[in-house]
Amino acid sequence: MALRATPVPDNAPNKITVKELDFFYGDFHALTDITVDIKEKAVTAFIGPSGCGKSTFLRCFNRMNDLIPGARAEGLVSLDGQDIFETGVDPVDLRRRIGMIFQQPNPFPMSIYDNVAFGPRLQGVSKKAELDEIVQHSLERANLWKEVKDILGRGGLTLSGGQQQRLCIARVLAVEPEVMLMDEPCSAIDPTSVQKIEDLMAELKDRITIIIVTHNMQQAARVSDFTAFFLQEVAGDPAILVEYDRTSNLFTSPKDRRTEDYITGRFG
Amino acid sequence: MSETPGTQAGSGTLQLVSRRTYFKELALKNLFLLCAGVAVAGVVLIFAFVGVRGWPIFAEVGPWAFLAGREWNPTAGLYGILPLIYGSVVVMLGALAIGTPLAVGTAIFLSEIATPRVRSIVRPAVELLAGIPSVIYGFFGLIILRPIIADATGGLGFGAVTAWLILAIMIVPTIAAISEDALRSIPPGIREASYAMGATTWQTIYKVLVPAAKIGIIDAIILGMGRAIGETMAVLMVVGNAPVFPESISDPIATLTTQIVMDMPYAAGDHRTALFGMGIILFLVSMGLVALVRLMSRFQTAMESGR
Ligand SMILES: Nc1ncnc2c1ncn2[C@@H]1O[C@H](COP(=O)(O)OP(=O)(O)O)[C@@H](O)[C@H]1O
Ligand SMILES: [Mg+2]
Repeated sequence: MALRATPVPDNAPNKITVKELDFFYGDFHALTDITVDIKEKAVTAFIGPSGCGKSTFLRCFNRMNDLIPGARAEGLVSLDGQDIFETGVDPVDLRRRIGMIFQQPNPFPMSIYDNVAFGPRLQGVSKKAELDEIVQHSLERANLWKEVKDILGRGGLTLSGGQQQRLCIARVLAVEPEVMLMDEPCSAIDPTSVQKIEDLMAELKDRITIIIVTHNMQQAARVSDFTAFFLQEVAGDPAILVEYDRTSNLFTSPKDRRTEDYITGRFG
Repeated sequence: MSETPGTQAGSGTLQLVSRRTYFKELALKNLFLLCAGVAVAGVVLIFAFVGVRGWPIFAEVGPWAFLAGREWNPTAGLYGILPLIYGSVVVMLGALAIGTPLAVGTAIFLSEIATPRVRSIVRPAVELLAGIPSVIYGFFGLIILRPIIADATGGLGFGAVTAWLILAIMIVPTIAAISEDALRSIPPGIREASYAMGATTWQTIYKVLVPAAKIGIIDAIILGMGRAIGETMAVLMVVGNAPVFPESISDPIATLTTQIVMDMPYAAGDHRTALFGMGIILFLVSMGLVALVRLMSRFQTAMESGR
């Protein structure tokens, strides 16, 4: 488990602060009492067994859960100190600042170019030269430009799964988000693309805050600066945040017995 | 499952398909083949019948005088169906112009906006529209719409406008159902992606979902076209039935289908042949529309596999 070359300093500012968050799907209490600070310009990994609410928690940050009827959150989530659940906060604006990558690559059924230009166009960019520049730059940052620069007019869905996922990353990067949420971005794609995505995460964190949900503990150890371990101890009960620490600490000397059991593969 | 004894395969222990199963399967396969055969035979027979009866008109009066003749006056031996084609096209285009936005809007509402509860009320209501007999639509047009149109456009209210409104409602269920299917078949991940990119519901609909369902929606419109061209009874009751080029929007007109119904009871000789000739035209139009739909779906497959 390679440790990161330049550790994020302890006094790095918090990008997202979560205080005593509870989350409900109708009557089902999915998460309880989550308190965590996400550091700016760092990679934070969420790990834990399947169904313990990692995706649910991630989707609180860009209020994607708003789309689910009956879902509600209680507690505080703030971005740069501003409460995102506050009445009047526009979820649309929030999502422009907090991009999201899903487990299943989901490019739009349109050309590669139009996929990447989608966000800038929504924001009113319409000059061809400007869009061209954004599209190229975003594809470069997503490690995809070399593969697609001659086929920008081709449908995004014609790419391989791994390429599609990088296209989705380019699509998000095109709007210059401050935070990128990644929900198991590598679990449905080929190993070469996984490598490329891990590489680009290391490059991107100079400028953006990344939160990644992953099933793969090696991946968490490789790419992240901080790791949060979630667990639903009893089926039907809400899940909790068991331990949150620097990745190097959490994987080498976990403080909680349950974390240790999980990372040593005793359950999950 | 074998039920006949003695069907053990040689020295092996795997059982052979029993004779009973074998014959049952064979009989069923042929039964279904027969069903399909009857349907196809129906189409072929009707087309052959209409073709044989109508074909001579092209020889009798000449294809040009028939298709492009501006006057339909059987007593004077004039069998020009251009005013009827014109009537059919005008009625169809108007109905599409009004009905398509209505139907696509309904489909978008049902698939993207309505809560499950609202959907469970609106959807059957729209489906019910398809089940109403066309004579009822005609009645509604005649009694309710015609006087209103008469006031609005002058004249008696018999003509294209009333037919547009009636037909527009009649094609809504066809176009709405197929468009809704097309929208619903878009993977949910696409919607999520759009919202996650900061698109509003409206932007998601018109920048992502409608383009993604474009081919399906065009299919729906083409099928709606077929419905509009072929509809007879409701149109007959409100269109005024004058086989001429109208001078204004409030004038009565006639369509291919309505003229066939009007004339068939008494037509004889060339007149009757001409009506069958019009049948051929209608047949070809609907075949063309079906071919167009097939072409579209092939086009879509081609698009999805890269362009
Ligand atoms: N839309 C939903 N409606 C109701 N329950 C849900 C929904 N999505 C997830 N859940 C439930 O919430 C719990 C956490 O799910 P999820 O956040 O997807 O877990 P993870 O991502 O850790 O696998 C699970 O028990 C799941 O069944
Ligand atoms: Mg998940």
